Amino acid sequence: MGTYIARRLLWVPFLLLIVSFITFALGRFGPGDPVEILLGQHFSEEVAQRIRAQQGLDDDIVTQYTRYLWEVAHGDFGESYQYRGRSVTELLQKRIWVSAQLNLAALIISVTLGLAAGLFAALRQGTWWDSATVAFTLVGQSLHVFLTVPIALLIFALKLDLLPSHGWGGFFSPHIVLPALVLGIPGIAIVARLTRASTLDVVGQDYIRTARAKGLPERLVRVRHILRNALIPVITTLGFSLAGLASGSFIVELYFGIPGVGLLTIESLFARDYPIIMAVTLLGTTLFVLANLIVDLIYPVLDPRIRLGGDYVAG
Amino acid sequence: MRDETQRLTLPDSPGNSRSYMYLSWRRLTRKKLAMTCLVIITIMYGSGILAPLVAPYGYNDQNLSIAKQGPSLTHPLGTDRLGRDMLTRVMYGLRTTVIITVISLVTGALVLGIALGLIAGYFGRLADGIIMRVGEVTSSFPDIFLVLIIVATVKPRILQWVRDFEDSSGIDWIVRLGIVDYLVISLALAAFSWFGMARLVRGQVLQARENQYIEAARVMGSSTRRILGIHLMPNIISPVIVSVSAGLGAIAGAEIVLSWLGIGIQPPTPSLGVMIFENGNISVLRSDPHLTLVPSGALVLLLFTFSLLGDGVNDAFNPRVR
Repeated sequence: MGTYIARRLLWVPFLLLIVSFITFALGRFGPGDPVEILLGQHFSEEVAQRIRAQQGLDDDIVTQYTRYLWEVAHGDFGESYQYRGRSVTELLQKRIWVSAQLNLAALIISVTLGLAAGLFAALRQGTWWDSATVAFTLVGQSLHVFLTVPIALLIFALKLDLLPSHGWGGFFSPHIVLPALVLGIPGIAIVARLTRASTLDVVGQDYIRTARAKGLPERLVRVRHILRNALIPVITTLGFSLAGLASGSFIVELYFGIPGVGLLTIESLFARDYPIIMAVTLLGTTLFVLANLIVDLIYPVLDPRIRLGGDYVAG
Repeated sequence: MRDETQRLTLPDSPGNSRSYMYLSWRRLTRKKLAMTCLVIITIMYGSGILAPLVAPYGYNDQNLSIAKQGPSLTHPLGTDRLGRDMLTRVMYGLRTTVIITVISLVTGALVLGIALGLIAGYFGRLADGIIMRVGEVTSSFPDIFLVLIIVATVKPRILQWVRDFEDSSGIDWIVRLGIVDYLVISLALAAFSWFGMARLVRGQVLQARENQYIEAARVMGSSTRRILGIHLMPNIISPVIVSVSAGLGAIAGAEIVLSWLGIGIQPPTPSLGVMIFENGNISVLRSDPHLTLVPSGALVLLLFTFSLLGDGVNDAFNPRVR
């Protein structure tokens, strides 16, 4: 297990190196001159050349990339092109905090509602509640934000006039409700579906009968034996949602005008703001890879039957 | 595992002579929900492919005197802000979806994914190492960021090359028909989606190649191509079908997101993503909600039917789960 983790962790820097080089090369390959965008209508060839020389944009790509890596290794992600005089680190910090709050809210909605619905459905198998949950889990996963956003806006912002349709005010403002709900809906469906399936699986196991037979109170049976085992698939979803903290919510951020990482990324992509694109890629990839690793590591803790490294396949 | 499948399928076929694929297909046809979804998908894809024939109007026929009308008998889904028929626009938008999903699926999942998966699984060692590492790199980009960045940077360059080529050669229809858009987006999506299939095929091959019939075939002097094509492929085909039916919705969704961002299919070529973007602001929603809800509804119907069909196919083709 130790060697397995070490091997996975050692591979991460190489992965980041390759991913960042691909992004770097693609960025330079793309059209549009950042200096032109920077200067806008005040463009003059003389100034442009001075800035290019200053930023080292005249050098060949390998030189530029090595210099970039050197700076990143010293904790300097450079300066944004579109927001002049602002460091990428400073810009990103604010944006990440916003996106993290939004995604956390969505995650809380998905996990609590999904877990509750799934558990209830499984423990009351065959009732109308169960059927309703199953129907929702089938539809919910396909409810793309492109449909849920307009419907949510139509109902809560236009018809009922309950919630604001645009903007951002932090974790405890009403602005967060609609975007978090919309982001959370597919998650509710996925969590509920997985929870229901795994709970049904667990409920039929012998050790549950044993637990009941030895006189364990029903509450403890549910918490210690059923819930714990039913949680395994939910953890996976949680891991992937963690990875989504960096990137997943950009459509919703664009729709609601929320100043998060997603909005910044899309803006930077159109403005050829290389330093920001690079920083977002590095950050997103790191989070994504680490989240996957964490999920893999949590598995055996929850379910000792699962072995790491693929030397044992259950089935 | 093979023995088990045979035993499991016995009750279905007294003669025991029908192929596994046939039996799986028959199991699928018995599932009402999955078949309904298949019919809906066929209708949607069919109306996309045959859009020029079956669409009631032209996709750019404007009539400002009937702009922004709700659903009526002559325009079942209403008209947009230029008086264009929404049903027609959705059909043409679906044509875009059909083209993109089919090209990405064939190139990404079927050709690249299966071929590289077979090579990685069968030959192992260096080939395996290289293919899996490259795959890990492409799949470690968060979400569809790789597709986004490829399309945003590579497409304008290629468009420029093609325009230069058109100028020098006198051909003028390549850019106008949107062929470049279609190709770049499909290929970027293929680059994004091949690894899932390759990993799946590799895993299946790793299991299957230890079987004695492979060893027997090798002893008999079969060529590698024959072993891969005749002996291994049929044994891994059902997980491939399951994975394809589950992955189509994701590709369709990704194209629509790209077009919505404005870097995918360019107007006037209709795309559901462009329609959703054009009518996505709150003032349109206030006055004419159908302009957004119709294309979004079509997208969700497509995703929904794909996901249900995927479940059905999984049940029918996956002997382990049954």
